[in-house]
Amino acid sequence: MQPLSNIESLLYFSPEILLVIFAAAVVLLDLVVKDGESSAVAHLSLAGCICVFAAVLITHFSFGDEGPISLFLGMVRLDVFSSFFKVLLLLATAATILFSLRSDELDARLKGEYYALLLAITLGMFLMASSTNLLMIFISLETVSLTSYILAGFLTHSPRSSEAAFKYITYGAVASGTMLFGLSLLFGMTGSGDLGQISVRLTEFLASGDITPLAVLIAITFILAGVGYKIASVPFHMWSPDVYEGAPIPITAFLSVASKSAGFALFIRFFYAGFGNAELMQAVDWTLMLAIVSALTMTVGNLAALPQQNVKRLLAYSSIAHGGYLLMGGVLLTSEGIGAILFYLVVYLFMNLGAFYVVVLIANEEGTEMIAGYRGLASRAPLVAWAMAIFLFSLTGIPPFAGFFGKWLLFAAVLEQGYYWLALVGLLNSVVSLYYYARIVKAMFLEDAGEETTQVSFSTGTFALLSVFVIPTILIGFLNIFYTFSNISVSVMPMQ
Amino acid sequence: MLLSLMIFIPLLGMIAVLLLPRESEELIKRVTLLFTLIPLALAVALFISYDRSTAGTQYVVNVPWIQAFNIQYHIGIDGLSVTLLLLTALLGPICVIASWRNIEKGIKAYMALFLLLETGMLGFFVALDLFLFYVFFELTLLPMYFLIGIWGGPRREYAAIKFFLYTLFGSVLMLVAMIAVYLNSGAPGARTFDIPTLITLASTEGHALHNLNFQIWVFLGFFVGFAVKVPIFPFHTWLPDAHVEAPTAISVILAGILLKMGTYGLVRVNMAMFPQGLDFFCNGMGFWGNSLALLGFINIVYGSFCALAQTDFKKLVAYSSIGHMGFVILGLSARNDSGITGAILQMFNHGVISAMLFLLVGVLYDRAHHREINGFGGLGTKMPVYTGITTLAFMASLGLPGLSGFVGEALSLLGAYDKFKLLTILSTIGIVVGAAYFLWTLQRVFLGTLNPKYEDLPEINGREILTLVPLGILTIVLGVWPNFAIDMFRESVTSLIGVLQVN
Repeated sequence: MQPLSNIESLLYFSPEILLVIFAAAVVLLDLVVKDGESSAVAHLSLAGCICVFAAVLITHFSFGDEGPISLFLGMVRLDVFSSFFKVLLLLATAATILFSLRSDELDARLKGEYYALLLAITLGMFLMASSTNLLMIFISLETVSLTSYILAGFLTHSPRSSEAAFKYITYGAVASGTMLFGLSLLFGMTGSGDLGQISVRLTEFLASGDITPLAVLIAITFILAGVGYKIASVPFHMWSPDVYEGAPIPITAFLSVASKSAGFALFIRFFYAGFGNAELMQAVDWTLMLAIVSALTMTVGNLAALPQQNVKRLLAYSSIAHGGYLLMGGVLLTSEGIGAILFYLVVYLFMNLGAFYVVVLIANEEGTEMIAGYRGLASRAPLVAWAMAIFLFSLTGIPPFAGFFGKWLLFAAVLEQGYYWLALVGLLNSVVSLYYYARIVKAMFLEDAGEETTQVSFSTGTFALLSVFVIPTILIGFLNIFYTFSNISVSVMPMQ
Repeated sequence: MLLSLMIFIPLLGMIAVLLLPRESEELIKRVTLLFTLIPLALAVALFISYDRSTAGTQYVVNVPWIQAFNIQYHIGIDGLSVTLLLLTALLGPICVIASWRNIEKGIKAYMALFLLLETGMLGFFVALDLFLFYVFFELTLLPMYFLIGIWGGPRREYAAIKFFLYTLFGSVLMLVAMIAVYLNSGAPGARTFDIPTLITLASTEGHALHNLNFQIWVFLGFFVGFAVKVPIFPFHTWLPDAHVEAPTAISVILAGILLKMGTYGLVRVNMAMFPQGLDFFCNGMGFWGNSLALLGFINIVYGSFCALAQTDFKKLVAYSSIGHMGFVILGLSARNDSGITGAILQMFNHGVISAMLFLLVGVLYDRAHHREINGFGGLGTKMPVYTGITTLAFMASLGLPGLSGFVGEALSLLGAYDKFKLLTILSTIGIVVGAAYFLWTLQRVFLGTLNPKYEDLPEINGREILTLVPLGILTIVLGVWPNFAIDMFRESVTSLIGVLQVN
């Protein structure tokens, strides 16, 4: 199907347009409402998410269902894959808005910008999931990065938050630069910015010997730096613990889930669409490099998480480790592997956001993010403690929780390709991860709170929101539809 | 349907318990008891109606679950599973009764977790789909972690996490092996986790699963997973810690059922599915051909000597468990009729006897608040009934003819003697040492002069006797009439041996 022209594309682009409209409306509304009544702004953003969600579904089912549509002369694609990620990202954004509403950390006066930025970053992530042109890819990535820097430093009174923003921007600038260089190499070799064209020409030039595989490998490595930075893979992970620890908790939750998902969307589209054909993969062997990065990422993440006392920081390292597990699925770019990544991202969204929500709740009640603050939670707030235990065990990958099914799919995909060592590294890492997740569980259940045994009571709304995360964490693995859903979004992936 | 009902009734019970208010403790206990008695009634019904004349699986339910991967909810029972199912269902209510007064805090969470544990155990013994099997296997981990960790003794946190980490380590290796089996079971789309199908494929000449090298590796993967559970030396070190720290009822479940899950897995998966791999470790050349029997031997002798050295009553029983599980391994490695029959019988018997022993230790601990064997003495005069039951359990455990322990061990040794003469002869050391430590303990605790501290130690009460009587009766019945149990699984053993003879 021919790419649509700019004017024709606008109709298909309605979710993104709506995001821009709502972001602007949030800023305007913020000018009108009085200080301290910022919940109106939050509710408007939430309404925005719902409208965009509807728009995503409408555009998808009325236009996109027939097959991929190329928009804006081939810059952006509308397909099942992008719609899948849009839904996922919207869920994360909506959850983050709800967390922010309930978090005591944030300065009420600044909330207007805060929510506008959240919507803007969502827009950037939408584009990350659907761009098919090098230029567009870079622009979307930068939109997301620049917005994240501001959000990470949003606790203006906290030096840690400022430190986080500063570290983030320093690392981010280097990673973007490296990636841009890689993109320029790729453009120089093929003379095209379009992923489909690049794939075709690379295959052709490699076969004719016009370019060497090494040159392509170098370009790939540089580009991986940019992507690796977004998904916090070793050796580009250093920013993430500091940023995660310093940023406001809702933003940490958002970065660890949405930013990672968008990063993987970009990773999958870029490598699967651009380099996923068999001839190319045979000519340029970069799977081993990716396998090693994946193994290192999970090992470093897990080992670094072991001694952490701050739950937020611990979850930051655990999120690095999860990036490593997810990368396993991408090592060989098989449809099973990609399907496993998508499935795991859905699971990860619920379990990780759930865990962060509990961190928000505890930070509000106890004023601490340290493990010590979780002592005796089981007797003070049993439901919250049990929910947290479910999230943590699901993150470990213990049946019957969804995390197990997600990991199982990833490992099966890796074993399918004969990477036994990688699967073993991954599984042993799961065992290691149990130790630090269990430390939180231990504090909640096995240790006494000491003198203070006052019950902590939470509102019904809190429990309702908590159950939004708990129920999928328990059930997703048992529902057939999720396994097929992931496969559908993969089946449309190859270009042309 | 009957089986599904049996598995999920405890889960329903868990939901019911969770819905009850925390304050009504008496009600919670009664509800829990009810929801463990129903599976027992169903198990007895199964025991009676089970067709002993066939080796095939009965009461089969087979419905698709995760279609994308051909995973089925496939359950059914054969002679081996029905035996262990009965044991599990029997120990359920016994443990609830044993926990009636001993659990002081959080009775609601305790009972809910216990019911979840029961679902995991029952499901494990009937699962006929490898994936389902694994899920149930792991399902027992979480409740166990909390049950030991929250309601255990002073070092409970250490014991709980150690148990969890060891078992998870074993089971991830099992997971790799399981996925490897699945991937090699056929072309994409035709792959399966179905255990009966896999057993057929693995003994089909030329099939990928039939390959000796492949079988050896996946055998090892599954073996480590189950060996941690059994536990087989050198994966046993979690067991004494877990047993000592766990509350009485949970020790009973640990020794009675969870250890059996390991040996059951060995029979169900390692033996039936990988006969070639088994052959390599039981009948192959040189060292490897003796390795499984050697592990059994080490367990028997090492466990017994460790038990001899203990002064903590509960630790002694824990180590004796390691020794007794060694007989199961030795019997299985013989791969003949008497060896396997003996091993399965020993599984059941050990479940009954070790449950009794842990209950008895619990009775004493509840009264004296310590378990130091040397701190007692002369209790025989104060607690004659208790002494009588303990003597029965000790005698059964040390293998006195006429009681159930003897039959299983004798058959295992008899079978093993055919194949591994030297190891079998050496293994009998374990029996001698077993007699030594039990008799010595009997002497130190019950004979001699009464420790004045225990002048007014109350006698065992009715509730405690209630938990012990059914087990005591079983040890006597199975001692004089072992066919009562053997009849259940005779055909299954014959058919298993048929599978093992294929190569």
